[in-house]
Amino acid sequence: MLLFLLSVGLTLIFGMLGVVNLAHGSFYALGAYAGIAVVAFTQNFWLALCLGPLVVGGVGAAIERSCLRPLYGRGANAQVLLTFGFIYLFDDLIRWIWGAHVRTVPPPRALAGAVMLGPTRFPAYRLFVILFGLGVALLLWLLLERTRIGAVVRAGVWDAEMAAGLGVNVARVFTAVFAGGTGLAALAGVVAVPIQAAYPGMGVEILVRTLIVVVIGGLGSLPGSLAGSLILGQAETFGKAWLPDSSMFIIYGAMAAVLLLRPTGLCGRALR
Amino acid sequence: MRFARSSKGAWAARLLGPGALLAVAALPWIAGSYPVKLAQEILIWGIFAMSLDLLMGYAGMLSFGHSAFFGLGGYVAALALRGWSPSLASALVLPAVAAAVAGLVVGYLSIRVSGVYFIMLTLAFSQMFYAAAFNAAWLGASDGIPGIPRPRLPGLDLDRTEVFHLYVVAFFVATAVVLARVVRSPFGRVLRGIEDNERRMVAVGYAIDRFKLAAFVVAATLAGIAGSLEAQFNGYISPEALFWTTSGEVLLMVIIGGAGTLAGPVLGAAAFIGLQSLMSSYTEHWMLILGAAFIAFVLWAPEGLLGLVRRETERGT
Repeated sequence: MLLFLLSVGLTLIFGMLGVVNLAHGSFYALGAYAGIAVVAFTQNFWLALCLGPLVVGGVGAAIERSCLRPLYGRGANAQVLLTFGFIYLFDDLIRWIWGAHVRTVPPPRALAGAVMLGPTRFPAYRLFVILFGLGVALLLWLLLERTRIGAVVRAGVWDAEMAAGLGVNVARVFTAVFAGGTGLAALAGVVAVPIQAAYPGMGVEILVRTLIVVVIGGLGSLPGSLAGSLILGQAETFGKAWLPDSSMFIIYGAMAAVLLLRPTGLCGRALR
Repeated sequence: MRFARSSKGAWAARLLGPGALLAVAALPWIAGSYPVKLAQEILIWGIFAMSLDLLMGYAGMLSFGHSAFFGLGGYVAALALRGWSPSLASALVLPAVAAAVAGLVVGYLSIRVSGVYFIMLTLAFSQMFYAAAFNAAWLGASDGIPGIPRPRLPGLDLDRTEVFHLYVVAFFVATAVVLARVVRSPFGRVLRGIEDNERRMVAVGYAIDRFKLAAFVVAATLAGIAGSLEAQFNGYISPEALFWTTSGEVLLMVIIGGAGTLAGPVLGAAAFIGLQSLMSSYTEHWMLILGAAFIAFVLWAPEGLLGLVRRETERGT
């Protein structure tokens, strides 16, 4: 589910802006640390869950406005390179502000225990993460498919020029989508902290896995990123059990194969 | 416009290159061991960066998987130098051939897609190399291979600093000469044409896929040689060399220095490695500065350091 939250943000940004945001993992890390900071000040995990993504989304919006916007005319390469630069910037910033050691936050008290799911005990917090992810997926789907804002965003994805011609402020929509996508990454970051702890370099580590999900599911496709994250999650879990030596290789191989044979992924449609 | 040269600036630039190279070659006799090591590292990464620039700056192919060939060259050199014979064949020929073959396969598959898909496909392939090395017990898994000897050449003792230094300089010069000839040849012109406008080159009648593949193989081969040198320099090789962040670092060098020129990537390598060693003694946050500098270059000076210098000299004359 964490992967899903991340990949949805990445795929939205790609679908709309045509940018593969290599700094996506760093926004995730930034979200995690922002969450830790809020918890440290207020002892309130739920507040962190709200504030973290807001702050990081704001940072994302600022970056889109100041740095990405001048590059839209210069082709995909310049944009990818730019986001790559932000990886270095953010990772070091995190190291600077929060130090290099591993930090974690306990799950909120209400979710600290375990629940019985039939005969097996299951940590309540992990169950919450799954439900939370599904909830976000549902909300996003409603937002994109059933509201006016969603219609505008979809129009922009489909044909930005035409949407602009119809009176949509595409520039503002771009900023909003970038903020939303990075905010989702930060949300994943906050949610991840009680499970996986936060450390500098967590962003780089998760970035490639997120890219795999998005590629397998189809760049720019929401259902695709859901399917892709489920596939990768299962493949990783079972792969570690059955083929510990070659599972990583096979997953990367699968990514390469999808890119070669069906670049639009499982659920993608032809993009530009 | 790119082909145009300012006559006065070019004179100075033409003398600057060989002069700087002579100074670097003489370094073991005038400086201590630390600057010499730094210079060797810059030269090795300079070879690596120049090879990537052939793809990026000339053919317009942004590869995020160039580390695959760098690491492969290093691993092949490590195995051959340790297990087979400490000869030039192990240090140069085998790594180059291995990287060329890998480049042929990866390139053949990767050039079928373009843009963002090319970036991600090359990334996926290099991560496959990483995963393979990381999980292979016979390659030392995550620890890599230590204790790589330097090759034994008749009359040359490469374990002596100044001899190894000249050996690296020789490789560097050879690479620069080869690449300079390549980019000025008709082949290089075609690559530039592809970068400029792929469709037009197709329309004019070039089988551009063949040109792209050839560029990919040449770049991979040179990256393999750089990887082998790196392994000999350090005495060990680890999966880190194959990881995609290695591709990212060399990409950073090319952009900071100036893509589409040969001196640019070398300048970028010098800036990157120099900054790293200089800054890390003052502050831990050299990455921050580097990242910010990189972003600034992408935004305001996509032609890199070299382009900035050139712009200034042209304004001056």
